[in-house]
Amino acid sequence: MKFAQLLKMIRKQKYLILMIFPFVVWLIIFRYIPLWGWITAFQNYKPGIPIFQQQWVGLKYFKEMFSDPEFYLVMRNTLAMSILGLIFGFPLPIILAILINEIRHNTFKRTVQTISYLPHFVSWVIVASIVHAMLAPDGVVNYALLKLGLIKQPILFFGEPKYFWWIVVFSDIWKEVGWNTIIFLAAMTAINPELYEAAEVDGASRFRKIWHITLPGIMPTVIMILILSIGNIINIGFERQFLLRTSAVRNVSDVIDLYALDYGIRAGRFSFGTAAGIFKSVISLILLFSANKVSKKVTGHKII
Amino acid sequence: MKRSLGEKIFDVINYSLMILLVVITLYPFLYVLAVSLNDPFDTIKGGITIFPRIFTLDNYKEIFNYPSIGRAALISTLRTVIGTITGVFSTAIVAYVLSRKDFFARKLITTLFIITMYVGGGLVPEYLLIRGLGLMNNFLVYILPGLINPFNLIVVRAYIETLPSELQESAMIDGANDFVIFLKVILPLCIPVLATIALFIAVGHWNSWFDTYLYCGGNKNLTTLQYELQKILANAAASSTTIDYYSNLDPTRTMRVTPQSLRMAMTIITTLPIVLVYPFLQKYFIKGMTLGAIKN
Repeated sequence: MKFAQLLKMIRKQKYLILMIFPFVVWLIIFRYIPLWGWITAFQNYKPGIPIFQQQWVGLKYFKEMFSDPEFYLVMRNTLAMSILGLIFGFPLPIILAILINEIRHNTFKRTVQTISYLPHFVSWVIVASIVHAMLAPDGVVNYALLKLGLIKQPILFFGEPKYFWWIVVFSDIWKEVGWNTIIFLAAMTAINPELYEAAEVDGASRFRKIWHITLPGIMPTVIMILILSIGNIINIGFERQFLLRTSAVRNVSDVIDLYALDYGIRAGRFSFGTAAGIFKSVISLILLFSANKVSKKVTGHKII
Repeated sequence: MKRSLGEKIFDVINYSLMILLVVITLYPFLYVLAVSLNDPFDTIKGGITIFPRIFTLDNYKEIFNYPSIGRAALISTLRTVIGTITGVFSTAIVAYVLSRKDFFARKLITTLFIITMYVGGGLVPEYLLIRGLGLMNNFLVYILPGLINPFNLIVVRAYIETLPSELQESAMIDGANDFVIFLKVILPLCIPVLATIALFIAVGHWNSWFDTYLYCGGNKNLTTLQYELQKILANAAASSTTIDYYSNLDPTRTMRVTPQSLRMAMTIITTLPIVLVYPFLQKYFIKGMTLGAIKN
């Protein structure tokens, strides 16, 4: 009976099934087989041997990773750049959105917005190339500092580790700050204009209106984005670090993904690289679900 | 309405800050443009700020002398065009099927897509998969792995769900099958949302370099502009002197330009398409963001 029903259903929806079938196959191959590939972290993976005939080694590669001093170095770099990015990169779009919202001249407002979104659409390769050029010994930043008499010798920005984190953090802010205002500006359009009108009647100043109406109005969004950012603290990617690093700053530039790339793929230690990837995924999932719980408690909204 | 002094001061400061923001955003592009149009050996002396000091087109001429650049531009264009068309069509078709409330596997397949937003295999398993599938040094590696983005899928599905269901129903009564309904009824109505995701997908394709680095770096016929620029950047970062690097490029060529100036010209060429489509892009992305917000 059940089987007959299913058959009837399949016949009735055969076009829908045919339409989606190739993409379900695609999904399984390109998204779920790599997940299945996680088991290579528990094997001594050798290319060319079927996955079940590989030698099982248990947690060997995880133990190896946790006893590798370099692993702690990349974790430090990951967290350092992430936290610096959060401290400086989180408040700026909020402040900027408030300032943009206060522009009365509409054409000017739109122009500022349009221009500030532009860097979001260029690739990290281009941004890295621009940053390298501007910070070069003969670049414009050194030129300006020399002209202003702040330095006597050009600074080798990429020759010393102490500058690297700041370069990464601030080039990211330059690229994304405008784009990141969008969500706050959207939240501001949802604020009831009558509140501003009432405040005006009461003779409230611009600052008071920002402080008592705009800020509380976007607060739920601010909290949501903050929690989400904290949940993503380990997912800082690797493009910036990969493209900006030089051999002189390797100790401070390499992050968890680059660790997996350098040791897992380039050195051919696939099982080890997979283990590093799993570690990152698991931490990131734990953080995200915790962030979701916190968000539900604080704002009443789920973020995932 | 009369404005108080405090208000006026606020406006002056605010407008100044906004102009500062615009300058900070645009200046780096202008600087790169100036260096790319300046005499390469004059650039080394430093001091280029906004305008080229000694104007020349040598840097650009030099780039077009490399046959690899033309080929890379072609591959970049091809992957962008093919990747966008296939990506948009695939997203639309899956979004349509998953928007059909009567489809028996709707919930299961939607969940399977959404899970992939939060957890992925990671770098190494994906690399092993691509290798196992024989997609190394294959153009398809640019198209297949990123075919459908679950976020876009949700946006398009949400859009289809807002369309009046009478349209589909009347087509069904006329005896049209689901695929015909998708092509003739749904697809034309989805053009606004599909245009939005198309622009994002296209920018993503144009900008990507890591897949070339990982999977196609060994095949000179499949490298993209972004990858070529990344290679120049990596070489510059690795070599101690600029001359070192240049001699690596082509030892037979006499030195007419420096790698830095060459890189700047290359940066401009790679940025240009984005800047050219940007006016169209910005018309759509606000719409896209609002559509995305519906979901939240």
